[in-house]
Amino acid sequence: MKNLLEVKSLNTYYGESHILRDVDLTLKSGEMICLIGRNGVGKTTLLKSLIGLLKAKKGEINFIGENINRKAPHQRARRGMAYVPQGREIIPYLTVEENLMLGMESLPGGLSKNKNIDSSIYDLFPILKDFLSRKGGDLSGGQQQQLAIARALLGKPKLLLLDEPTEGIQPNIVIDIENAINLIIKETGIGVLLVEQHLHFVRQASRYYAMQRGGIVASGPTSELSQTVIDKFLSV
Amino acid sequence: MLLDSLFNGVAIGSVLLVAALGLAIVFGLMGVINLAHGELMMLGAYTTYVTQLIFKLPLLKPYYNSYVIVSIFFAFIVSGVVGILLEKTVIRKLYGSPLETLLATWGVSLILQQFVRSVPLAYGTGLVISLIIGLFLPSVFSLKIKESINFKYVKFSSWIFAALAGVLSGNLISSSVSKLSRASARNVDVTAPAWMRGQVEILGTAFPKTRLMIIIITLISVIAITLFLNQSAWGMRIRAVTQNREMSDCLGISTEKVDVLTFGIGSGLAGVAGVAVSLLGSVGPNVGGNYIVGCFMVVVLGGVGNLLGTIFASFGIGIMTDLIGAGRLLTIWPDMPLPLSNTINFFATTSMARVMIFALIVIFLQFKPTGLFPQKGRMVES
Repeated sequence: MKNLLEVKSLNTYYGESHILRDVDLTLKSGEMICLIGRNGVGKTTLLKSLIGLLKAKKGEINFIGENINRKAPHQRARRGMAYVPQGREIIPYLTVEENLMLGMESLPGGLSKNKNIDSSIYDLFPILKDFLSRKGGDLSGGQQQQLAIARALLGKPKLLLLDEPTEGIQPNIVIDIENAINLIIKETGIGVLLVEQHLHFVRQASRYYAMQRGGIVASGPTSELSQTVIDKFLSV
Repeated sequence: MLLDSLFNGVAIGSVLLVAALGLAIVFGLMGVINLAHGELMMLGAYTTYVTQLIFKLPLLKPYYNSYVIVSIFFAFIVSGVVGILLEKTVIRKLYGSPLETLLATWGVSLILQQFVRSVPLAYGTGLVISLIIGLFLPSVFSLKIKESINFKYVKFSSWIFAALAGVLSGNLISSSVSKLSRASARNVDVTAPAWMRGQVEILGTAFPKTRLMIIIITLISVIAITLFLNQSAWGMRIRAVTQNREMSDCLGISTEKVDVLTFGIGSGLAGVAGVAVSLLGSVGPNVGGNYIVGCFMVVVLGGVGNLLGTIFASFGIGIMTDLIGAGRLLTIWPDMPLPLSNTINFFATTSMARVMIFALIVIFLQFKPTGLFPQKGRMVES
């Protein structure tokens, strides 16, 4: 099967400072891949380069067989890439319902033609249904995280980029989120690129890439994640 | 007596409101300090004038009475298109640098003022017509043509067509309306059609019809813009982008389109305000300058980014202006002590009332720097 996402020797800069150095990465549909590494090694930068918030200076990003290096984030989103950022980035003064509807902007026709929220999203995240008319910014961190993932899923993406979805969230919601993501992969066969520190969640991915100083330094199936690799790359 | 005072206050407030509404969107939502906002109002006022003269042509004479209504739409489009051009050429390059935006838009305001002085209005109209056609013609083509590589040729040829149409219509107007064929720096007058002259009597008080008309224009603008922002898909996109630009982009919203649209609508509302202003007095190149400071005051006082605050602030300022400027306190309380009544008399002129109001606003903002209705909730701290 062809790769959903192919990253070839990607280099990204923040102003003058060189962050990503020759990153190579591939991801297939239906596969969950986990990016591990200590704080500040460039995991978030890699996700931001993939969605297009940061422009790659060198290298190639191929998504569904198309080079998307020069596409803006909204064009990448419309091609089927969804991004759940670290800060969750809920639109604060919009209601939960409106935030969810914004997720459908990346569907063909956009918001104007997609007005009904697919109710199966409430099966995954029942709590959202109780808060539909609340302002997004008034939700707690865990609720916002669920909202952010639900919003991303409503665009029926082919690739989901998740940046530390369990960071700072109470354990029972972490389990909910893990289950929801596993279910989505099983049901829809999308690809997921996960940045994660939680070992339990990391183990559910099929492969891992370990990053250090802006480059990929190790990779392989998560079943082969040895204790030395974990000690070296997970900041727990 | 009280009704009279209230009406006057509301009338002054509604002019302020309709003028500040566009600014509330451009400055309040987008955070762009547009000093050319007053000149966009001036363009709207001139559009009313041009529309009036065109409706005096024999062909359109039977419909002359409706020219004010038509000019509201025209003014919205003219100012909106000039605003879009301004966004695409100047402001887009300067997002995130307020000082440069301030200077650049001030420059634009001077250019626009000189433009109406030294270009015959007929050719100005032609130029605007070609801008409208040039900007909107490419967007009517089907998606298939738009995505083909040759779309730039389509765009180019539609601009040529637009230029031609502009020159032709400019010539046509200049040859048929002699008043528009020469450039003039003098003020012009818009005369209200017969049905808008005179007064209406409600509860024993006489209300000038033009003032009522302005209140109605304001009311419709406020309702329309509120519905648009809160109910339509584009309104939701605008709200999303103004609150979190990067994430909205990642969700698939074309932020460029939203910027153009938001700025266009804000500018278009300035044009509508221009129609209202043209009904109040004569129209000159500097007419916008009289309103711009008041508009910024209203937006800041109401709380930046808050439409409801803008509404309250403009009516508040309107009523206060009337209370102070007309010395109403004296008529309400005739036997007040002499020193106090002298003070009130001192401020009972239009310009002194303005001084007083601005001083009061400055004092108010010392205590509530975020305005009447600051944003509240968990999201403010973050």
